[in-house]
Amino acid sequence: MNKKSLYTKREDGRAFDELRPIEAKVGIIPNADGSAMYKSGDTVAIAAVFGPRILHPQHMQNSQKGILRVSYDMMTFSVYERKKPGSNRRSQEISKVIEWALENCVDLSEFPNTVVDVFIQIPQADAGTRVAGINAAVMALAQAGVPMTEMISAVAVGKMDKTLVVDVNKEEEDYEEGEGATDIPVCFLSKSKKLALLQLDGKISPEELKKALEMGRKACEKIYEAQVKALKQVGEERE
Amino acid sequence: MEVPRIQARRILEYLKQGKRFDGRKTDEYRKIEVKVGISNKAEGSCSVKFGDTEVYAGVKMDIGTPYPDSQDSGNLSVGAELGPMASADFEMGPPKINAIELGRVIDRGIRESKFIDLKKLCIKEGEKVWNVYVDIYAVNDAGNLMDVAGLAALIALANAKMPVYNEKTERIEHEWTKNPLPLNKENLAFNMTLYRIDDHIVVDPTREEEEIAEFRISLAVGDDGEGGARITSIQKGKQGAISEEEMSELLDILEKKWKEIFPKIKKHVWG
Repeated sequence: MNKKSLYTKREDGRAFDELRPIEAKVGIIPNADGSAMYKSGDTVAIAAVFGPRILHPQHMQNSQKGILRVSYDMMTFSVYERKKPGSNRRSQEISKVIEWALENCVDLSEFPNTVVDVFIQIPQADAGTRVAGINAAVMALAQAGVPMTEMISAVAVGKMDKTLVVDVNKEEEDYEEGEGATDIPVCFLSKSKKLALLQLDGKISPEELKKALEMGRKACEKIYEAQVKALKQVGEERE
Repeated sequence: MEVPRIQARRILEYLKQGKRFDGRKTDEYRKIEVKVGISNKAEGSCSVKFGDTEVYAGVKMDIGTPYPDSQDSGNLSVGAELGPMASADFEMGPPKINAIELGRVIDRGIRESKFIDLKKLCIKEGEKVWNVYVDIYAVNDAGNLMDVAGLAALIALANAKMPVYNEKTERIEHEWTKNPLPLNKENLAFNMTLYRIDDHIVVDPTREEEEIAEFRISLAVGDDGEGGARITSIQKGKQGAISEEEMSELLDILEKKWKEIFPKIKKHVWG
C-alpha cells in the first residue's frame, strides 16, 4: 500500500503544483457583448457572451429571472483525430456542467424572461478544455457586464499513479503506469471558495481526493489573478 | 438581420458620392490580417481577419476509400460552421442554408481550380486514398464571410503538412512529415465577391451593405498563365437579376480589382 509513486517527474518539467503558462485576453469578438480567450499551455478556449436578451421560444422564459445557457464545442481540427462537426453527447454534457457551475456566479434576478448565452469553442486542445472554457466564459460574462456575485476559476487536477498534479496535459491524461491517470476537473468560486464543478474519472481514495481538491483550490487562486489582470487590461485600454 | 430603412437610405446616399460609412472606396477591401498555426493538432490552420470579420480554418486528413468516379484521386471536403458565437443572427444547431452554401462555394472554388493535386493523394488505386477536410468557423461576422472564408481555406491548405502514415499498422501517426500537401501552386484561385447595391458595385461589404444588396456574385479567379484572369467557379447569390451590360461591367471591375489584389493574396497564401 505504501509503495512509492512511479510518477516522480513531469514530462514537461513542471512542479507538481505548477500550472502551464497562462495567456488571457478579454474582448476578442466585437459582435459579442463580452468575449475572452484563455490559453493554458497548448489548450486554447474562446468564449462569447450574448445578452441578457429576450428568450425565444416564449414558453422557455422564466418570469422570475433570466436564464443562463451554455454551449461548448470543439473545432474539428483541435484534436489529432478530426472531430465530427457539431455537438455530440460529450459536448452536451460538458455544456450542462459548465452551465451549472456558472449559475453560481451570475445574478439574473433583474432580467426576467431573458437569456444570457455563453458560447465556448476550442480551437486547439491539449486536455483541460472544459476548465479552460469556464475560465474564458467567466471573463466574457464579466466584460459583458452581466451582474455577478463572484468570479470563478477552474483547473483539472490529476493523479498520475499516486502523484497529485495540477493542470493535466494530454500526455499526462493518457498516463498508464501503476494506478494510471485520474482526471479531476474542478471549479472554485472566488469569494466563497465553494466547489462549483467536480467530475472525476479514474480511482482515488477519499484522503487523496481531499488533497487533490486543496491543490485545485490553490491553483484556482493563481488562475483568478490571471483573469482579473486580463479584465483590468481591457478596462485600461478603454480609458 | 434587418437594416432600418433610414440606415439603408443613408448607405445609398453615401454610395452616390462614392463613399462608405467606414471611409473606404467602393472597390476597397478592409485590412487583411493572417495568423498561421492556430491549432498544433491540425495539418494546417489559420485565422484570417478582414477588418472585424474573423474566421478560423483548419485542415485535417485521414484515410478513406475513393469515390467510384475518381478511383485514383483523394477526396476533398469543405465545411463551414456559422455558429451563434459569430453573430446574433446565427442560430444553434445543424448548419443552415447560409453555412451550407458558403461551404459549397468555397469547395468549388478550390476543387475546380485544381489547386490540390488530388491524384497525388491516392495511396492505392480503387482502395485507399487520403481524405482532406477543410473546416471553417466564423468567429465574428462583420460582413463578407464568403471571401474571408475562401482566403482562410487557401492559407490553411498552403500551410498543411502531410501526416505520417504507417503502412504496417495502416494508421496515421500523431506527427507530420516535412512534405506539404501536394498543391498546384500556379492554380491558386481567390474567391472574390462583388455586391450590387442600387447601381453601385461594392467589394468586401459590411453586414449592412451585404444585407441591402440586390445580388452578389462570387468568382474564384486565378492566373491564366499569362498574367490574365481565369475564372474557375461562379455563384450568383440573392435574388437580383443581372442585365447584359451589367454583367460586362461586373467583369471589367472584377478583372481590374483582381489584378490589383491577387499579388497581395498570393503573399498571404505563400507567406
